[in-house]
Amino acid sequence: MKLKGLVLALAMAFLVSACSTEPESVKIGAVLSATGPASFLGEPEKNTMQMLQEEINAKGGVLGKKLEIVIYDDETDVNKCVLAAKKLLDKDGVVAVAGPSVSGNTLAIIKFFEEAKIPLVSCAASEKIVTPVNAWVFNTPQLDRHAVTRIMLDAKAKGLNNIAIITVSNGFGQSGRAVLQELLPPNGFNLVADEVYGPKDTDMTAQLTKIKAAGADAIICWGTNPGPAVVARNRVQLGIDTPLYMSHGVASKKFIELAGPAAEGIMLPAGRLIVADQIPDDNPQKPLLLSYAKAYTEKYNAPVSTFGGHGWDSIKLIVEAINMGKSAKPADIRDNLEKIKGFVGTGGVFNYSPENHNGLDENAFVMVVIKDGDWKIMD
Amino acid sequence: MQGLKKDLLLTGAFLSALCLAPWVLPSGYYLTVLIMCCLNAMTVVGLNLLLGYAGQISLGHAAFYGLAAYTTAILTTTLGLPVALGMLAGVGLAALVAFVIGIPTLKLSGNYLAMATLGFGVIVYIFLNETVGLTGGPSGFTGIPRLNAAGLTLSSDRSYYYLTAAVLCAVVLLSLNLIRSRLGRALRALHTSEKAAQAVGIDIARYKLFIFVLSAAFAGAAGVLYAHYLTFIAPSSFGFLFSVELLVMVVLGGMASVWGSVTGAFFLTALPEFLRMFENVEIIIYGAILILCMMFLPRGLAGGVSSLAVRLRGRARPGEDDHAS
Repeated sequence: MKLKGLVLALAMAFLVSACSTEPESVKIGAVLSATGPASFLGEPEKNTMQMLQEEINAKGGVLGKKLEIVIYDDETDVNKCVLAAKKLLDKDGVVAVAGPSVSGNTLAIIKFFEEAKIPLVSCAASEKIVTPVNAWVFNTPQLDRHAVTRIMLDAKAKGLNNIAIITVSNGFGQSGRAVLQELLPPNGFNLVADEVYGPKDTDMTAQLTKIKAAGADAIICWGTNPGPAVVARNRVQLGIDTPLYMSHGVASKKFIELAGPAAEGIMLPAGRLIVADQIPDDNPQKPLLLSYAKAYTEKYNAPVSTFGGHGWDSIKLIVEAINMGKSAKPADIRDNLEKIKGFVGTGGVFNYSPENHNGLDENAFVMVVIKDGDWKIMD
Repeated sequence: MQGLKKDLLLTGAFLSALCLAPWVLPSGYYLTVLIMCCLNAMTVVGLNLLLGYAGQISLGHAAFYGLAAYTTAILTTTLGLPVALGMLAGVGLAALVAFVIGIPTLKLSGNYLAMATLGFGVIVYIFLNETVGLTGGPSGFTGIPRLNAAGLTLSSDRSYYYLTAAVLCAVVLLSLNLIRSRLGRALRALHTSEKAAQAVGIDIARYKLFIFVLSAAFAGAAGVLYAHYLTFIAPSSFGFLFSVELLVMVVLGGMASVWGSVTGAFFLTALPEFLRMFENVEIIIYGAILILCMMFLPRGLAGGVSSLAVRLRGRARPGEDDHAS
């Protein structure tokens, strides 16, 4: 009897969900990792999208219709992400999808979008998402390539030619390592040491001692918290005064907290969001970054993060493409996404084209240095 | 023969129900949910043979699943071998590895297999993450071809669904048949009392090993089908948590019941999808449903259904007697 009740409840639930569709709205889908290991990405993205939906609808919606963003949580799980994406495509009938938050999940669902001919604008950074270019897939975060190029420009200006790299053995670190290995030698740098550490290692003195012996002019460390903080502290303990560059993966206040005084003087490429109040007034991103940061902090009482910015960019780019073509048909959205030029987003100024589905370049980053426990733009 | 006939009839009915499902549920989304249900059910049926009949716990079935998926992925994508060969190799490797792990551990009494498979699962997980050149590392393995065997390309979701449904029914039929055989009786005997089983001349280590290898092969079959369905795999799908999820499906479905396992797998795979509309509280509802099931159906969904049937029959009997008198 209890089982019968349960089945009945499930069937009713299913009916209710099947009937709740409104025709007079533009429907955009989103699959985000709002819970699970990658919730630090998905949660701010989800908050940002909900905030955007209210904001856009308050200003009259899209093409005179209400904007509806259907957000599903994939719990950072590949299978749940596939099912959520399928639901958006086959059942909810969305015109475009933003997300997922992580690269693996994005790669898992790309082929469904190609089949369904619906555009996907991912919030994940892997180069595999946009190279080779898939007609229906775009992404918004800055690429590792842009960060490495920004570091190289700075190192070149300072005359630092012998570079040692130390990377973490996870997805982020290893894709960074591949880009570093690819770009450093052809640009006139000598790669004098190539060390790797594990994501859970608590001591990197062995790798740093080797790097010290290799006679490097500068060290580049590629990782996400907490590893890079350990590298920073070990470097000070060993008395190494070689300049240390970090990746954009540690561009959050958490890193400065973890590394403490050892963070002083460390340089890294970062999106402009974390230093919005320091960038020159004539920068086109400044008003947007300040207003986004203010709105987000007021609404959610939490500090703004770069990742929420990726969510902002994804939704706004889709809406921009719809407005450009005055059409909410998936094929038109795709065509118009490729025509977007000079779109000011939180991650940088986007210039999509049929060959470039990332749309950013190294100018999306500024070099910052950590001084007195805070970020400072280098000139 | 009575048993075989009944099983054939039930499996046939189940297969036709599965084949009819796409006509009732037209959206492609339901097909994907059903494919995932079938794949999990394959693994869970095998795991239940091990847990419910041989009384051994495996905490590493996700690793067998993943190992087979990666084997066929590497063979067919990196080396360009035919898909059918890759799938066979995947299932074969899962069975072989289970054999190697099973030989020393199943000779011991107690839950040594649980420890060994727990360790094995962690090792496989680390291996898949760290060998970036071979497996693509944490960001996953892309570009796996869709299944094409004997000149037949199963590119549409619907044809792939029919294949997984057929394989699931084969697995179910094989398991039902196995339980009714001499081997099945031996397994039940050793689950009740190992000493007594040994006393009547049952080679317990050999029987346990056989069932462990078979359950790993079932997991492997699900793994290769998964890899060629999604054409993308990542280590995060094959972690320890998935092994535990499979065990929960066995227990919720009902131990020592093949149909219970199928029910448990379908129920727990589809449930989160139904709960999607309860945004933010879905995880609480999911947990509550699990707790309620365990409180009121201690013998699992299968046990619940059969005791319900007994109660209904019990209630019907007096009625019949009334008529007679």
